[in-house]
Amino acid sequence: MTIALPAVTPAKQPTSPLPRPTEDPRWLRGLLITLALAFMGLFLFVPLACVFYEALKKGWDVYFAAIVDPDAISALKLTLLAAGISLPLNLAFGLAAAWVVAKYDFRGKQILLTLIDLPFSVSPVIAGLIYVLIFGAQGWFGEWLRDHDIRVIFAVPGIVLATIFVTVPFIARELIPLMQAQGSEQEEAALLLGASGWQTFYRITLPRIRWALLYGLILSNARAMGEFGAVSVVSGHVRGQTNTLPLHIEIAYNEYQFAAAFAVATLLAALALVTLGLKVLVERQVKKTST
Amino acid sequence: MTLSVRHLHKSFGSTIACDGLNLDVAGGELVALLGPSGCGKTTLLRIIAGLELADAGSVQFKGEDLGVLPVRERGIGFVFQHYALFNHLSVFENVAFGLRVRPKETRPDEAELRRRVSELLERVQLGSLGDRMPQQLSGGQRQRVALARALAIQPRLLLLDEPFGALDAQVRKDLRRWLRQLHQELHITTLFVTHDQDEALELADRVIVLNRGRIEAADSDFARRFLGGQGSDIELAAVA
Repeated sequence: MTIALPAVTPAKQPTSPLPRPTEDPRWLRGLLITLALAFMGLFLFVPLACVFYEALKKGWDVYFAAIVDPDAISALKLTLLAAGISLPLNLAFGLAAAWVVAKYDFRGKQILLTLIDLPFSVSPVIAGLIYVLIFGAQGWFGEWLRDHDIRVIFAVPGIVLATIFVTVPFIARELIPLMQAQGSEQEEAALLLGASGWQTFYRITLPRIRWALLYGLILSNARAMGEFGAVSVVSGHVRGQTNTLPLHIEIAYNEYQFAAAFAVATLLAALALVTLGLKVLVERQVKKTST
Repeated sequence: MTLSVRHLHKSFGSTIACDGLNLDVAGGELVALLGPSGCGKTTLLRIIAGLELADAGSVQFKGEDLGVLPVRERGIGFVFQHYALFNHLSVFENVAFGLRVRPKETRPDEAELRRRVSELLERVQLGSLGDRMPQQLSGGQRQRVALARALAIQPRLLLLDEPFGALDAQVRKDLRRWLRQLHQELHITTLFVTHDQDEALELADRVIVLNRGRIEAADSDFARRFLGGQGSDIELAAVA
């Protein structure tokens, strides 16, 4: 007995009036898409457009004056410095943590994973307070630091520390699942072929994780430059000295210099947009190389 | 004996992979380690290569204790079951890897390196595919790249982990014949792991049957059953 099967022509039936059985009705799809877009527009795009509108409302002169203001420049420098110091440290730590978690089994692995996630779950303000408690004048090391004339809290080192705290998880979190999925066979093969540990890392491991690593760096950088809470607690808001861009914006706003606040905010927004663009590019590469 | 394994013990938690294993392989021999999955054959291979540490016992090569040598100095060619090719490197660079990572004093210059890699690629019949990436190759081709890569370091011992495990039946047969031929030309002492009786019998000079971390005597019930009655035709090793 033979049964003639109908010829199957998948994915090539644009004229078919019958939707696939798992597909939602058209009106529902339309409604969900509209809702999602409206929500995004209202909560993300409008505020962003508003920043640029407010910044330029009083004209380009006011805008530029706010940006080249020495305090603004110094805040920009400090923001870049904090990001510039925390990124390489996060890179080293993230790589090391991802390496041990992905390649080895050891006691306390779960604890390490939880610790890596800690900055995600703890409020940034508390992160800042922790450093005040440790390094502040009344803190654990306060006396010792004062005796040696080292300033951590209300100074640049505190800001860098707080920035590192909030950005630590990004790179490790990005690398761990990838490196776990990749396993260590290729590294083993490299060792057997006579490569040293460093050669194996540089020639095999690094090229395989480079896009994920870059992605982690970008996310980490975005957070480092935008961090407010933790930095705010340890900064002391000394103008021209311990103000980062987000803090500078807040101060300007509180002093009713709206145009200046928004002008500097456009700098941060621009940094964020560049980061976002990079992120999209890198994401594409990650997808391409992970298949 | 060129390779001799003595009283090897290895367990993972409560699973015993090697239970007092003894094994001898003569120079230039092609030996098959045959056994059901989970019998410890891959672990044995990984211990010899240095990728796994034995709990007890020794591995010697021509009287030299391999156990004290780091992996990279053992001079062992290893072909992984899933090949473990470097996906970000071309076929040519995969094969060249072992030469490129050598210390400066022993590293061949670029011209010599190109000549040797091309020669190897010719030998595994991939002469024209040097520029391809591993993902662009078929399973059988990848397998041969893995072999060429392992041969590039002129290994004193070749270990193959289920070399045909991931291939379909016809390709398997062709490659078997081809590997046999290659071994006859190169005479590298070779140990390969398989769970396929036919493969072991057709390819190897000698078949060793492993069961639960131990080597089965050739005339044991298990070896007979596992070889499906074919065991009497060939010389089976029973090193106790």
